[in-house]
Amino acid sequence: MNEPRHTILNLGPTHPATHGIFQNVLTLDGEKIISTEQTIGYIHRAFEKIAERRPYYQITPLTDRLNYCSSPINNIGWHLTVEKLLGIKATKRVDYMRIIIMELARITDHLICNSVIGVDSGAMTGFIYVFQEREKVYEIYEELCGARLTTNLGRIGGFERDFSLSVINKIRKFLDHLPKVLKEFEKLLMRNRIFMDRTINVGPISAERAMNYGFTGPNLRAAGIDYDVRVTCPYCSYDDFDFQIPIGTSGDTYDRFCVRQGEIWQSLKLIRNAIDNLPEGKHFMDVPEFYLPPKQDVYNNMEALIWHFKIIMGEVDIPSGEVYHSVEGGNGELGFYLVSDGGRTPYRLHFRRPCFIYYQALPEMIKGGVLSDAILTMSSMNVIAGELDA
Amino acid sequence: MDNKTIIGKVQERFNENVLSVDETSDMLTLTVDRTILHDLIFFLKEDANLQFNFLTTLFGIHYPEMPQPLGVIYHLHNLIQNKRIRIKTFVSIGDPTVKTLTDLFSAANWMERETYDFFGILFEGHPNLKRILNVDYLDYFPMRKEYPLEDSTREDKDDRFFGR
Repeated sequence: MNEPRHTILNLGPTHPATHGIFQNVLTLDGEKIISTEQTIGYIHRAFEKIAERRPYYQITPLTDRLNYCSSPINNIGWHLTVEKLLGIKATKRVDYMRIIIMELARITDHLICNSVIGVDSGAMTGFIYVFQEREKVYEIYEELCGARLTTNLGRIGGFERDFSLSVINKIRKFLDHLPKVLKEFEKLLMRNRIFMDRTINVGPISAERAMNYGFTGPNLRAAGIDYDVRVTCPYCSYDDFDFQIPIGTSGDTYDRFCVRQGEIWQSLKLIRNAIDNLPEGKHFMDVPEFYLPPKQDVYNNMEALIWHFKIIMGEVDIPSGEVYHSVEGGNGELGFYLVSDGGRTPYRLHFRRPCFIYYQALPEMIKGGVLSDAILTMSSMNVIAGELDA
Repeated sequence: MDNKTIIGKVQERFNENVLSVDETSDMLTLTVDRTILHDLIFFLKEDANLQFNFLTTLFGIHYPEMPQPLGVIYHLHNLIQNKRIRIKTFVSIGDPTVKTLTDLFSAANWMERETYDFFGILFEGHPNLKRILNVDYLDYFPMRKEYPLEDSTREDKDDRFFGR
């Protein structure tokens, strides 16, 4: 008897189908996958170490670069963590503004992931449709903070500027237009025979295994567990709103696609509710020790100049203590564990990066499948290299 | 389920090995001896009332001044009753071993590799304990406090003026 002959295939580090820089060494028997070995760390930037030398405001740009498909969620998550340490309670207006921005970010994150599943199964058209819509969200970010991808949006204690009339109009226009595009997108894929054949029962994972692997976010919900940080541990007044958590049953690629699609509709509902009921008031809380004053005040007002200087130089006392705060990021529970010893920088900051934790389940999910299915499974898991490597 | 029940159950079983209980921070925090760590987490996971069935995260921490400077912190979550708990255990630099959790949670695999990679904590029984984010030939553990972020020979910056 001859030994079975296996092929070793390097998928990545830079392969167009991996959508990021990470390597999978596949052992193949024909087209069937026998085993997988993963190598990650190609864009590791030591954020946790860097954060130990940076004042709190300078850490916000680091969080941008975790899951860069939904940077505002990371930014706001970080600000919420610091606010939790400081014991600042946000006003309703700030909360609602944050919800609007975070849900917009979630929509873009899901749009990218779902349309890329389409691309990987051979349907390029949907991708082009929804990227046009993503562009509109980026224009909203641009109007709010001047940046598009790595937004560095918001402040400890609120936002740098209020929603202008133009921002509100852009959001409303987006809310009116996206449903049409989304319906068209769903028509292209949701009940498409080819797409269904390619995704149903591809890369499935049971609820029990998914939990054991620490899955969170849409991937866990696709397996049938309704864990959503927005509902179980509400932050930012999410408990004021009525929305549903879409869940799947089999945890396969099709379910993950459908759960994300369902979440986009829920996010749209949330944004509409939040913008219709946006309370009056200021776009920041009264915490001059931590909230960076507006630039024109810094030039013309003595108090503001002093606070600006103190905040920038890290001269403001931060209480010592430890907190863990998590938000529902684009692909799962994004947690920040912060230890402060009272100094100008964190003593230790740890990011709980959802995709670092669930990506290790890939070998189990694609074992026994064919190579082309492995690509789809990987893209449906929404693995973002920036978050994977931190 | 309130903190009292959890503390009671844990102390009844592991009595003097639970070194301290802290309810003042954002979640119940237990500091335990490393010898019972695995048993404790197994107990928390499998007990019919406690049901801490989800490992949220685990990571290292370094306090150079303490007698046992290296720590591992675990966050567990009871998804059924929505209760979180934090477990801490500390080890010395000379013998930084903790039992692995990979037999209880598959998720612990990479988290423990990351903790080893950055803090040099050895997880006993881990199936594949090697570096994960850093290069394989790195000969130190970069998240320990003795490794400065910036080049220590630099002279153009005076830290005194930056409050460090």
